[in-house]
Amino acid sequence: MHRAAGGGSFRLSRASPQLEAFLASLVSVAFHGIAYGMILYVISVGLSITMGLMGFTNLAHGVFAMAGGYILIVSLSRFGLPFPLALALAFVLVAAASVVLERLLYSRLYGAAELEQVLFTIGLIFMSVAVARLIFGTLQLPVVMPDYLKGQLSLFGRDFPAYRVFLIVFSATMIAALWFGIERTLWGAMVRAAVDNRAMAQSIGINTRRLFTVTFAIGSGLAGLGGALGADIVAIQPTYPFEQLVYFLIVVAVGGLGSLRGPFIAALLIGITDTACKYWLPEFGAFFIYVATIALLLWRPAGLLGKRA
Amino acid sequence: MKHAVGYNADARLRWTEWLPWVAALAVFFLLPDYLSLGARVLTYILFALSLDLILGYVGIITLGHAAFFGLGAYVTGILSAKLGLTDPMMQMLVSALAAGLLGLATGAVILRTHGLTQLMLTLAIAALCLEIANKATPLTGGADGLSGVVIAPILGLFKFDLYGKTAYLWCLGVLFVSWWLVRRLIYSPFGASLAGIRENSIRMHAIGAPVYARQLLVYTLSATLAGVAGALLTQTSQFVGLNVLGFEPSGELLVMLILGGVGRLYGAFVGPLVFLVAQDYLAKQFPEYWYFGIGLLLVIVVLFARGGILGISDAVIARLRGMA
Amino acid sequence: MKLSDISALLATLVMVAALPAAAQTIKVGLISTYSGPGAAQGDQIDKGVKLYMKLNGDKLPPGVKLEIITRDDTGAVPDVAKRIAQELIVRDKVQILTGVVWTPNMAAIAPLTAEARVPFISMNAAGARVVGMSPYMTRISFTLCQSAYPLGLWAGKRYKKAYVAVSDFAPGHEAEGCFTRGFKESGGEILGAVRIPLANPDFVPFMQRIKDAKPDALFAFNPAGKQAAAMMKAYGDLNMDKANIKYLGTGDIVTDEELQGMGDIALGVTTVHHYSAAAERPANKAFVAAYKKEFGENLNPGFMVVGAWDAMDAIFSAIRAQNGKIDPDKTMEHWKTYKSANSPRGAISIDPETRDVINPEYLREVRKVGGKLANVEIEVISTAIKDPLKEFDKKK
Repeated sequence: MHRAAGGGSFRLSRASPQLEAFLASLVSVAFHGIAYGMILYVISVGLSITMGLMGFTNLAHGVFAMAGGYILIVSLSRFGLPFPLALALAFVLVAAASVVLERLLYSRLYGAAELEQVLFTIGLIFMSVAVARLIFGTLQLPVVMPDYLKGQLSLFGRDFPAYRVFLIVFSATMIAALWFGIERTLWGAMVRAAVDNRAMAQSIGINTRRLFTVTFAIGSGLAGLGGALGADIVAIQPTYPFEQLVYFLIVVAVGGLGSLRGPFIAALLIGITDTACKYWLPEFGAFFIYVATIALLLWRPAGLLGKRA
Repeated sequence: MKHAVGYNADARLRWTEWLPWVAALAVFFLLPDYLSLGARVLTYILFALSLDLILGYVGIITLGHAAFFGLGAYVTGILSAKLGLTDPMMQMLVSALAAGLLGLATGAVILRTHGLTQLMLTLAIAALCLEIANKATPLTGGADGLSGVVIAPILGLFKFDLYGKTAYLWCLGVLFVSWWLVRRLIYSPFGASLAGIRENSIRMHAIGAPVYARQLLVYTLSATLAGVAGALLTQTSQFVGLNVLGFEPSGELLVMLILGGVGRLYGAFVGPLVFLVAQDYLAKQFPEYWYFGIGLLLVIVVLFARGGILGISDAVIARLRGMA
Repeated sequence: MKLSDISALLATLVMVAALPAAAQTIKVGLISTYSGPGAAQGDQIDKGVKLYMKLNGDKLPPGVKLEIITRDDTGAVPDVAKRIAQELIVRDKVQILTGVVWTPNMAAIAPLTAEARVPFISMNAAGARVVGMSPYMTRISFTLCQSAYPLGLWAGKRYKKAYVAVSDFAPGHEAEGCFTRGFKESGGEILGAVRIPLANPDFVPFMQRIKDAKPDALFAFNPAGKQAAAMMKAYGDLNMDKANIKYLGTGDIVTDEELQGMGDIALGVTTVHHYSAAAERPANKAFVAAYKKEFGENLNPGFMVVGAWDAMDAIFSAIRAQNGKIDPDKTMEHWKTYKSANSPRGAISIDPETRDVINPEYLREVRKVGGKLANVEIEVISTAIKDPLKEFDKKK
């Protein structure tokens, strides 16, 4: 990873330094915004699918992301595992745990009133926050990145942190795989059918119980993976599920339940807007996101590309 | 989960309904050292009552009820510390008005949505309020909180003293008035229509009931009461901090209400009492386990005891009656 | 003898028997944080108290016992703090109050200490103006400006342009204000200032903006621990050290108990603070050794432990001076003139005019010592600095 000397090779021949600086900052904002948006999406897409598929309001989704983050941290620092293995573990372990949770607890509340699902998942959040604090304490846990991902990459005359480049590329791959899975595989077809009309899907013989479990596992595993990948951007701490809940819900609500593309657009929008605000209007920060969300939802209550309101 | 226990046409006071007030007065005389905890319990009972109105009686789930509570708390604090208005009754009135206005404005928005969108909006609005309070440091004191809150003696006579006596009776009085108001509302034709809206809003639309208007009215009333509870908190602690806003008070309030029993007038009394007393004792001894315990309690209540404590006592009483 | 005489005699006997007992147990209320996100800070205070009691707990006048009653304020929750302070005063009848990590909590307690006339000494809560809210309050910990202002003065002589990035809450604003003032007074130019939301997860966009502004130095203030580390990481990720932007701050961003967890990104960060665990003073070496022996070889005491330790010393000193009979006004008078030459941080005293602590301040740099990160004291800025904010207020 080398740094380009001086100002770099890309220059507009007659542009003023201010314009060049502005364009450069635009590129930075776009880059960081996309990185953040991708992470948000990877974490939240599972929520969109399970909520659209199972009709289950799972507010504890952030717990899976947090668990993935902790698994990554512990694998890297305590066990010294290689980074790819740690990421894979984050996915697999969280998915496995979610299967257990789903079979034992969540499945009792399918078809229950929304209030009960909300309360239940809030209870899960409280419990996991307490457990996280008990095990990991409240002090900062260092995320030990592998050396080949540290440093900067030089592209188009500007420096970009290598890890974030990796993040964008990797997330894009995962997302592509997911979309392929939903669009082209049998499992994907069953999911789409069940999201569109659950009763009908059951009547043509789709085993919705098993479908739910598998999909829930994949969605939660993705959340764990997203949490692990994004541990750099969204710090892993015991109160993670509380603090990030709003953002996941915004992505899903704005993007539209049960949709894949909608939350993607929503997540990118949020990521870029949030980063842009931090860069140019830091006093307003999160403020703008909430106002924008409220405005957007008033305009399109079902979300941008939602199938269900 | 069973919400309110159906519409009860009989609006007369049952003798059991005097018990809470008798007990509250007994506490005043018998437990003088616990009056500040008592005032806190009373404040949260009012807060829970306000939540029960929309949650139990209208059926709207909100994760951001603390927004109105916090607004009420800050308005009273700002009136006192920044504008020098120290009369508690005036403060309460202005807080109630402010919270009611916010309720009206946000209710108009929220009630037009449903499901996840609605839930998320309640959260976003509360988060927005927290952000504003955090940023508006000259007004709210930001993260340091608002100090210098002075509360004049009530009616010029009763000073808020160190022992919390005045605070306790003041909270009790305000709670009594609010309770009476809510009770009148529930046990009225209006209350009946609320039960109808909750059970089957489509049907209510079909028979021409003004569903949206009724929901908005109750939402506004609920916000107003929450604002009054917030004002009470400021008046009894003479301080406002950012902790009156945010997810935690909303979340804890939900726990309190569920614990007591949603959709029943007295669930809002039992829940906060049990929760806060337990917290006062247990959280001291085992702070992290307490947090875990609340979560576990919530999960267990949802899975096995959907009516909360009152639900359980109902079942027990029914059993006893069945045996007799 | 008449019945009334006998009962009078009995009453007197009982009172006489009870008197020594009453004079002998002094109750101290300790308000700290034992749960919630702030528990780590509360834990530091708790450790300081425990260590002092272990090593010096017997240094009381004969027949006098000390009882410490601890209560949990669960974090920066002022109404809870006020309530438990009230209960400590009314129910437990404490004679002295202490502890308190958070400034809002101290502010909430202030009216109570005045109304009930109970002396209070802050072990940590550092908001500059709070100590003036009640005549029965004093503080032995620190104020932010004591570090930020001298740092600004020092930095202004060495760096021409600085950028200020603080977390958006009251301590951040205080630090920003004082650093800026000091920096400008030394002839430096502040290029810009940004307030980063407390709940912010990602510092990189902010750091990018700062990097683009090309300052010589960056003054940072965040809550200690994960936020401070995250900001340093962003600084490292963007190669800002290679862009010759010096990372400065008050000691809060590299507190000793969190420093090891921050990793090598913290190397080179230069701060001004009143305490470093790596200080070579004999009093400190003994203190750190005792701390490690009691709590674990791998742990370091942070400045909050020292705050608690010194507060306990002040309390004991007041008890000894009054021979076990605590009078609120006499206690306050004693504290106003309290001095200690052997605090782990150096020589400290309380300013009688403001009832706030007068601290030594040191310039430190994070270096590797024996393979571990440490705040090495490279210069003594001053042996006695009063809180600058109150000095500025006086000049107005």
